[in-house]
Amino acid sequence: MTEKGVSSSGLLFSGSDWNFETLARLYDAIAEIALEELKLDIYPNQLEIISSEQMLDAYSSIGMPLMYQHWSFGKRFAFEEHLYRKGYRGLAYELVINSNPCITYLMEENTAAMQALVTAHAAFGHNHFFKNNYMFQRWTDAGAILSYMDFAKKYVARCEERYGTSAVEAILDSAHALMDQGVFRYRRPPRLSSEKERERVRERLDYEAQTYSDLWRTLPRKKTEGGSEERDREVRERKRNLHLPEENLLYFLEKNSLILEPWQRELLRIVRVIAQYFYPQRQTKVMNEGCATFVHHTIMNRLYDKGKISEGAMLEILQSHSNVIFQPGFDDPRFSGLNPYALGFAMMKDIERICTEPTPEDRDWFPDIAGSGNWRETLLDAWANHRDESFILQYLSPAVIRRFRLFQLADDAGTPYCEVAAIHNERGYEAIRSALARSYDIGIIQPDVQVVDVDLLGDRHLKLQHRVRNGVLLEEATRDATLRHVRRLWGYEVSLEGIDAVTGERLYERSTRQVGT
Amino acid sequence: MPNFIDRRLNPKDKSLGNRRRFLKRAREELKRNIKERIRSGKIADADARHAVPMPQDGTSEPSFQHARASGRRDYVLPGNREYAPGDRIPKPPAGAGGNGSRAGIGEAEDDFRFVLSREEVLDLFFEDLELPDMVKLSLKEAVAFKPRRAGYTTSGTPTNVNVTRTMRNSYGRRLALRRPRQEEIEALARQIEELEAKPGTPDRRTRLEALRAELDRLQRRRRLVPFVDPVDIRFNRFEPQPLPNANAVMFCLMDVSSSMGEREKDLAKRFFVLLHLFLKRRYERIDIVFIRHTHEAGEVDEETFFYSTQSGGTVVSTALEEMLSIIRKRYPSREWNIYAAQASDGDNIAGDSERCASLLTQEVMRLCQYYAYVEIIDERETEIFGATDNGTSLWRAYRTVGESWPNFQMARIARPADIYPVFRKLFARQPGSQMR
Repeated sequence: MTEKGVSSSGLLFSGSDWNFETLARLYDAIAEIALEELKLDIYPNQLEIISSEQMLDAYSSIGMPLMYQHWSFGKRFAFEEHLYRKGYRGLAYELVINSNPCITYLMEENTAAMQALVTAHAAFGHNHFFKNNYMFQRWTDAGAILSYMDFAKKYVARCEERYGTSAVEAILDSAHALMDQGVFRYRRPPRLSSEKERERVRERLDYEAQTYSDLWRTLPRKKTEGGSEERDREVRERKRNLHLPEENLLYFLEKNSLILEPWQRELLRIVRVIAQYFYPQRQTKVMNEGCATFVHHTIMNRLYDKGKISEGAMLEILQSHSNVIFQPGFDDPRFSGLNPYALGFAMMKDIERICTEPTPEDRDWFPDIAGSGNWRETLLDAWANHRDESFILQYLSPAVIRRFRLFQLADDAGTPYCEVAAIHNERGYEAIRSALARSYDIGIIQPDVQVVDVDLLGDRHLKLQHRVRNGVLLEEATRDATLRHVRRLWGYEVSLEGIDAVTGERLYERSTRQVGT
Repeated sequence: MPNFIDRRLNPKDKSLGNRRRFLKRAREELKRNIKERIRSGKIADADARHAVPMPQDGTSEPSFQHARASGRRDYVLPGNREYAPGDRIPKPPAGAGGNGSRAGIGEAEDDFRFVLSREEVLDLFFEDLELPDMVKLSLKEAVAFKPRRAGYTTSGTPTNVNVTRTMRNSYGRRLALRRPRQEEIEALARQIEELEAKPGTPDRRTRLEALRAELDRLQRRRRLVPFVDPVDIRFNRFEPQPLPNANAVMFCLMDVSSSMGEREKDLAKRFFVLLHLFLKRRYERIDIVFIRHTHEAGEVDEETFFYSTQSGGTVVSTALEEMLSIIRKRYPSREWNIYAAQASDGDNIAGDSERCASLLTQEVMRLCQYYAYVEIIDERETEIFGATDNGTSLWRAYRTVGESWPNFQMARIARPADIYPVFRKLFARQPGSQMR
């Protein structure tokens, strides 16, 4: 059909081919529904068409358009490429970056229908979520990330030129090992400083390096008076100044390690900033994907209702939609955990249903929203103010639990069996809901390792503490290897102590002395 | 209206640098792994499996991870059909994929493996080993020359004329000096003919004159500017390049007398297998001569050397004499780099060891670039002899050789696990020598 035919029939496109005009037409039609009917609030969009190879590139650099060079990204590339070439895994249709403007990559081999779907999914669904969810608002800085990554890439390249690739890689390796422990969980990280300011700080460091005078060290020290009491007070003061205990190991090492050069500290900082940037994404997987899936599903249906896309295109869209939200049972060979798309989408659809056609059970469970009718606002509110854990705790309804036939399995390492603790019945709903919510709590999924003490006046022994929850210990091989990395950054002995979170009993202790370097 | 950008034409291979870095790392890792495997696997037996600490430049990316087999945890799974609260489900045996909880990319990534062909394995295995002093010092100057193309020259023999170059120069010169082309002259000649054929009017006659003068001028110019001038001619230039004398021969001397038991022979053969692999792999042109001896020595082929059995008394010097006679016959030391490796249990007929030593010092070592002696000893003997200079008669005799000739090396092998370290020690690349 010609362009004229398309416009006279009211369809946005026909067939599977597309060009940039088609994309623009699609975008405008989608934007109309998204902004006016769904009341989404988005960053300006930037849509980029890429090839499959570029998609693999983007995968390997953890989805960032700009990334410094490191061998681990090459490893990831080789791995992804292997899977892709062998046909084990397809590539994503799109990739979206939490930035302002919001960058969405569209694959070139998508059909026109797929481009419509992924535009709605990423450029509106994810985009809205990035802009409005409190986690992203509070912990990331969408406006500054691209310029920061640009700076990071150039800075790492400069360091490699100056200090050699292997020296830089050694620091980055160690920093990557601590990435999970390199985020602030409870206090807000400082905003990324502007480029100008970073430039100023670096100049200052350079100046200090140039004007460093060894003579100052030869000045006689002030004699310390007083006995052990005085020293104790000093240690306490020192510890207080170090803000111990500290959950962010990378931050602690960056600020306090005695052996790192300024450029090495800057590298730690770069890795830490990136870890912090991705921190909200890992806590909002269900919500983020659920939101995007819900948005594309609603928009595509509206477009079809308005007669803007053909039945054939709608069938293609629905087929791919149902693939995305496919959830195999636990005993299915295809099972690989709960599908965040499926769970998120089901829960959000369920909220819509509760708002519009509640059952008596819903009125019992959700008196605030049941039958209120304004599902749009309810969802906008949920998207803005929750992360996965709290979202599930708040909104997982018995209806969804029944539909997924969820059950809770208690696994104690000491017993040869797992016990079914709860199923989808009256008595089980609450238990399943809180257990599922817990399994999305990043504070529980990830080991809680903190810096608790440093003997700065003595042998500079750095003490880490692992608070062991429910007796779950650390994998020994990776624990030792990671400790070695901490030691590399700290320069002196490092020990890790496992303390039971409830009883305070000491479960194990491991020092770099036992591990070797 | 959003901002559309077509990135498809952007340069590809953005992650090429990363991949290269990864391969470099992986290579180091592989090398270590292969050495480990060969040491504990095929060539030498594994007597103790010891854990290798994370190498400084490994390709693993550790982080603090929860151990799967500890503590209490809850899973919430979909698709319940028949379970009721309190049901007990036996756990799958350890290592069978756990309870189907998060089987993320992280784990799959660790299964990432390289598959190497046998050649690649050997290449990595023998990297940074080489025959010492591949070029004879005394032969460095007096070497063969091989002509090598080196640009063009204006003088030379006619056989070396480079036609393309010559014609290019000629064409350029003809253009620059405006040599009249053949067609121009022919056209003029035709015009003249036409005019001549017609009856002559004064007007035509003057025109004919002018044309003839023009033709004459052109022909003179053509003679002045020849088609190919001597200045155009270019010859291929050849430069004689000195070729280092890299003919090499390796003599493998093995004692197969009855004093060598199964174990000793096995160890000696393993050593030569390794040596053989190494030479074949690393040197394109190397002759290998296999000599085995009992109380008499003989040259044998590869097959016989490695697989056939023979036994008898022991006179080591026979092997050395055989080697010398082969050198005299086929490998004049002026043209050949000569290497030798000898394996024996050190037992020798009385008085022969001294003869061996004197043969070595007086004749063999003068001809040889490098001589490696490997003694196969009993495991119990390692404790007795250890690093001392005591030992069998042959060992003691050879000590004296080693003292006067720095290119004579000796080592003891007691266990299969010793073979590779000894081999490395004997053939480690000398610092500073870059020749292959």
